[in-house]
Amino acid sequence: MFTPDLIFKVVLILSIFVITLVIAMYSTYGERKIAAFMQDRLGPNRAGIFGILQPLADGVKMFMKEELIPDISNKVLFILGPCLAMTTALMTSAIIPWGSNINIAGTDFSLQVTDLNIGVLYVFAVTSIGVYGIMIGGWASNNKYSLLGALRASSQMISYEIAMGLAIIALIMSTGTLSLKEISAAQAGFHWNIFVQPLGFLIFIICSFAETNRAPFDLPECETELVGGYHTEYSSMKLGFYLFAEYINMFIASAVISTLYFGGYNFPFMNSIGLSSNAVAILGVIFLFAKIFFFIFFFMWVRWTIPRFRYDQLMRLGWTVLIPLAIFNILLTGAIIFATNN
Amino acid sequence: MTQFLFYFLSFVAVAAGLMVITAKNPVHSVLYLIIAFFAIAGHYILLNAQFLAIVHIIVYAGAIMVLFLSVIMLLNLNKDNEPAKSNILKLAAAVAGGLLLVTFTGTLKGTESIIASQPFDDQIGYVKALGKVLFNDFLLPFEVSALLLLSAIIGAVVLVKHDLK
Repeated sequence: MFTPDLIFKVVLILSIFVITLVIAMYSTYGERKIAAFMQDRLGPNRAGIFGILQPLADGVKMFMKEELIPDISNKVLFILGPCLAMTTALMTSAIIPWGSNINIAGTDFSLQVTDLNIGVLYVFAVTSIGVYGIMIGGWASNNKYSLLGALRASSQMISYEIAMGLAIIALIMSTGTLSLKEISAAQAGFHWNIFVQPLGFLIFIICSFAETNRAPFDLPECETELVGGYHTEYSSMKLGFYLFAEYINMFIASAVISTLYFGGYNFPFMNSIGLSSNAVAILGVIFLFAKIFFFIFFFMWVRWTIPRFRYDQLMRLGWTVLIPLAIFNILLTGAIIFATNN
Repeated sequence: MTQFLFYFLSFVAVAAGLMVITAKNPVHSVLYLIIAFFAIAGHYILLNAQFLAIVHIIVYAGAIMVLFLSVIMLLNLNKDNEPAKSNILKLAAAVAGGLLLVTFTGTLKGTESIIASQPFDDQIGYVKALGKVLFNDFLLPFEVSALLLLSAIIGAVVLVKHDLK
């Protein structure tokens, strides 16, 4: 029953879970510090040295606050909303290859929880059901602002999923596999997909902003128009779950972008520096996390420099710019594959 | 284990399906339908049809039901403004549903002989096997349906552009 493989998997799952939560926690701190830097302020600096304990203080505050459930709202669905948002945010981490194989006492262990042969599609499926947390919560609040936020979230996500899917199709055409493990392995060294699919990457990252509801596409919680959007009625840790799920989504989106387009755990000269395979695997994990942190920073950088879109501008960008561009990208990829094969 | 999962998923699918038609609130009906879709996707996984399962979730649970849910939320249906159908229509719907049941029973009754003559291939649902079948045996229908879907997307874009004038 308790084979070494099973024990390794359980340890891996638990450590990924804990790492995800810690990174999401400190992303809130990072975001405030980056915002402060960009606006020439100091940012949180009271709790601990440089305000490093701020996320813990925020967590305690969230748990201690009074919990309000509106009288006329649907109680079960109201509680289900944030739970679903959190669950779907955490689901994708199961198939991301965090590193190549690591060798412990003569046995190879893969640093990936499970390798599905439909890996990319799984990412896509989890993204597409991610909207239910927001929609159910927004509807169950029984509040006009929440409902508008939920409706915005659903139409925004459906619209940007199309362009995202088309960008992924072009990527699959050039890699020839759906498995994230094989996509990572094929980018060994410096053969990253970004050099093969620059246009696809651009479309994918724009859609990632829309799918994670991050500025400039944070229309579902646009506070200048909708008070708080879909989480207007939420308080205490339920609100915390929604905010937390956004940061987890950002972390996972960064991990997916790094894996699909920036070589995952691969780094230049990885096979020629003459280290043992375990050392290369561990360095690979460090490089993957460096790429992820860069993209998390990129998400925040964009949020604090680009103003929010108007809703019709958002829809026009999705339907009339990104989708035609993504179809053109597929044609281009097909033409190049045809030309190089002949 | 597989058998237990089969019965569990079947129970969830049937129970959720019943709740779809008995729930008073249309939003609850849609949510139960989503649960039923997930149970069916579980069945596909039990049959090793991973691709079918994930596409089922992407298309039905991820796209169509989100659309359903947002439309129903917008309409804000409740007992007062629910459109009431006449009894003739209800009777016609019952007859049509019953005929569908007869058709399904008739079609599925003959499957025992097919199952007996063709042993189960556990690779059949994988992307590789599916791609080979689609691009070798069913190339024309596959390409035609792909073109149809693409033209639907482009049609939507053209409609949006037309609105701006």
